Amino acid sequence: MATRKGTTVYLYELAWILPSFAIPVGMLVALVVTAFGAGIHLPGLERRIDPTKVAETPPFDKPGLVELAPGRYEVRMTAQIWSFAPREIRVPAGSTVRFWVTSKDVVHGLLIPKANVNLMLLPGQVAFAEARFDTPGEYLMMCHEYCGIAHHTMAGTVIVEARR
Amino acid sequence: MTRSEDRLTAAFLLVALVALFGGVLTGFFQAIEHAGVDVYPSTPIVKSYYHSLTLHGVLNVLVWTTFFICGFVPFLTTRALGTRLARPGLAWLTFWLMLGGLLLAAIPLVGNAATVMFTFYPPLKAHWAFYVGLTLVVVGTWLVTLNLALTWRAWRRQHPGERTPLAAFMGLVTFAMWTLASLGLAAEMLVMLIPWSLGLIAGTDALLGRALFWFTGHPIVYFWLLPAYMSWYTLAPRQAGGKLFSDPLARTSFILFLVLSTPLGFHHQYTDPGIQIGWKLVHAFLTFAVFFPSLLTFFNVVASLESGARARGGRGWVAWVARLPWGDPSLAAQVLAMLLFAFGGIGGLINASYNLNLIVHNTAWIVGHLHLTVGTAVTLTFMGVSYWLVPYLAGRALWSRRLALVQVWSWFVGMIVFSNTLHRLGLMGMPRRTMIGAAPYVLPEWKALLPLVGIGGTLLFLSSVLFFLNLVLTLVVSRAPAPAVPAFAEALSGPDHAPAILDRWRPWLALAVVLIAIAYGPTLVRLALTTPFNTPGLRVW
Ligand code: HEM
Ligand SMILES: [Cu+2]
Ligand SMILES: [Cu+2]
Repeated sequence: MATRKGTTVYLYELAWILPSFAIPVGMLVALVVTAFGAGIHLPGLERRIDPTKVAETPPFDKPGLVELAPGRYEVRMTAQIWSFAPREIRVPAGSTVRFWVTSKDVVHGLLIPKANVNLMLLPGQVAFAEARFDTPGEYLMMCHEYCGIAHHTMAGTVIVEARR
Repeated sequence: MTRSEDRLTAAFLLVALVALFGGVLTGFFQAIEHAGVDVYPSTPIVKSYYHSLTLHGVLNVLVWTTFFICGFVPFLTTRALGTRLARPGLAWLTFWLMLGGLLLAAIPLVGNAATVMFTFYPPLKAHWAFYVGLTLVVVGTWLVTLNLALTWRAWRRQHPGERTPLAAFMGLVTFAMWTLASLGLAAEMLVMLIPWSLGLIAGTDALLGRALFWFTGHPIVYFWLLPAYMSWYTLAPRQAGGKLFSDPLARTSFILFLVLSTPLGFHHQYTDPGIQIGWKLVHAFLTFAVFFPSLLTFFNVVASLESGARARGGRGWVAWVARLPWGDPSLAAQVLAMLLFAFGGIGGLINASYNLNLIVHNTAWIVGHLHLTVGTAVTLTFMGVSYWLVPYLAGRALWSRRLALVQVWSWFVGMIVFSNTLHRLGLMGMPRRTMIGAAPYVLPEWKALLPLVGIGGTLLFLSSVLFFLNLVLTLVVSRAPAPAVPAFAEALSGPDHAPAILDRWRPWLALAVVLIAIAYGPTLVRLALTTPFNTPGLRVW
């Protein structure tokens, strides 16, 4: 009896071990496929920058929007307590924008929910993200890491203008 | 209360419970702030929303959890072994060291000189006493590990060839895992933060700080969770009137936690610049691997509860749940904690998913998630444990079982409202760690939901008031003698079915170290060699 009971438990154990193994593996495969299929790009090794000399270091000595080609933009942005520079970005609908961002002081974040931009901005590191802005309208841009007493005021906008 | 161990457990629990009270009070303030009621201008000690949030994080997840665990785990481990702690003197020294560290850290923390969140990312610069104090607490946890290891060794000498009792095995795994995992935090403190806060080195580095912090910061969640699992595995089945389904499977999952808990912290840094994408992907893989022992636990614990419910006449695929002894607040707390944890686990997989993380990272979604996991799976379980442990230590029966049941259910309901709302707000792009009531950019769709954060948070706070009330009245008013400590559950499939290798330490510890070296080694070496330590500290609160 004792052994029979033991065997039943054993079978149940097996019956559960297999799916417990298969579920994470399956999800992992799904993840890899979607991550690469959708061209999701996380920040990687970009480059270091001296955090005390951001204002003298190109391209952050001239923060702002640059048109690389029709419909393709690059924004060089700095984050500092408690603002982004530039604070407002205007691009026509359908544009692709590459964000190069760094922090001049503490850790900040950059969150543009409607464009799927989500970055940590660390002093000493240059962060990179790329986003497409298809629908005209205002896209809220916020700092999402605690950066001091007025953290909740640190925000900006991407204004996407309809093409005529 | 005669055993010195019992007094020690009581001392740790007292500190833990006081911390939790501070934790829920500040949580309540934060929740109503989100709903539009800013109490901070009129609170005495708490200077700002961010001061509150730092207190909340530190008191809840660093103090309440750690002190409860250092009281509870040695208590269960020594009972399972049927011995006393090998070094009672060392154990008391450990307690005083940890309390001393805590008080040292508390001075700047309470005084608004360490408003840097419980993650203290440099270059936010707190007073040195904050870093030194927290480091002493961590050193104290290592001494607990040492004491448990010595206790086990003494037991082993007297019981050669015997299987380590399950609860003791789990206690040892928990502390072994934690000790290995805490090395990242220790390195961050000793090499960077302490010398820097004392003015011995001029600068620090944000990326290295975050990498070392999350080396420990992910496995710390298993340090909180495994003691809750100990209760689910070794006590709850018996509390439910049943048996543990499989002892070998329980040991297997704990060994897997020992091996897999640490080498996956980059999943907190997917959106950080300065870490190669390939390594982020490796950590994503390992994060999914650690889902495996979690699923094993889920199956084993549910099957054990089911055995109890069926023994009590339960029928059907799901209907047996009704036959669990719901009148026992300790068990009810744990079962409800498990139920919400299932959702916490699913949410965790979403956070860990490389691409979905881009949507939720640092939004209110994460706050919703962590209140299901550490805020409920762990906290509600520990509350359930307190419902027998505090009466036992006090030598008096719990003041009111009914009140305890009301408490447990109101936490459950409050948490559903609170957490579900925060998850939704996160998906709508609301950032976390933010004084939302004062933010200039609040969207109308957030505004519609924010009152629910306040309502859920208020319910949670009222629930915790009932919890503390019951415990205080147990100490002060209750006269009935305490019931016995819950006995350890027997197993349907016992330890003799478990492969003997599960009882060996060296191979598993070695495997854990190798995996950590593979997953972290190249990045940490690169950072150690190239980091300039040129970021000056700032006090911006
Ligand atoms: C009365 C019960 C509680 C309420 C009303 C509450 C409320 C809150 C609120 C409103 C926030 C965050 C907001 C933000 O991101 O700005 C928060 C954060 C947090 N809570 Fe709670 N909480 C409660 C209990 C707990 C418990 C029991 C734990 C863990 C044991 C916990 C752990 C945390 C952590 C770790 C954070 C994140 C802190 C950070 O971002 O640094 N909370 N809580
Ligand atoms: Cu900020
Ligand atoms: Cu994690």
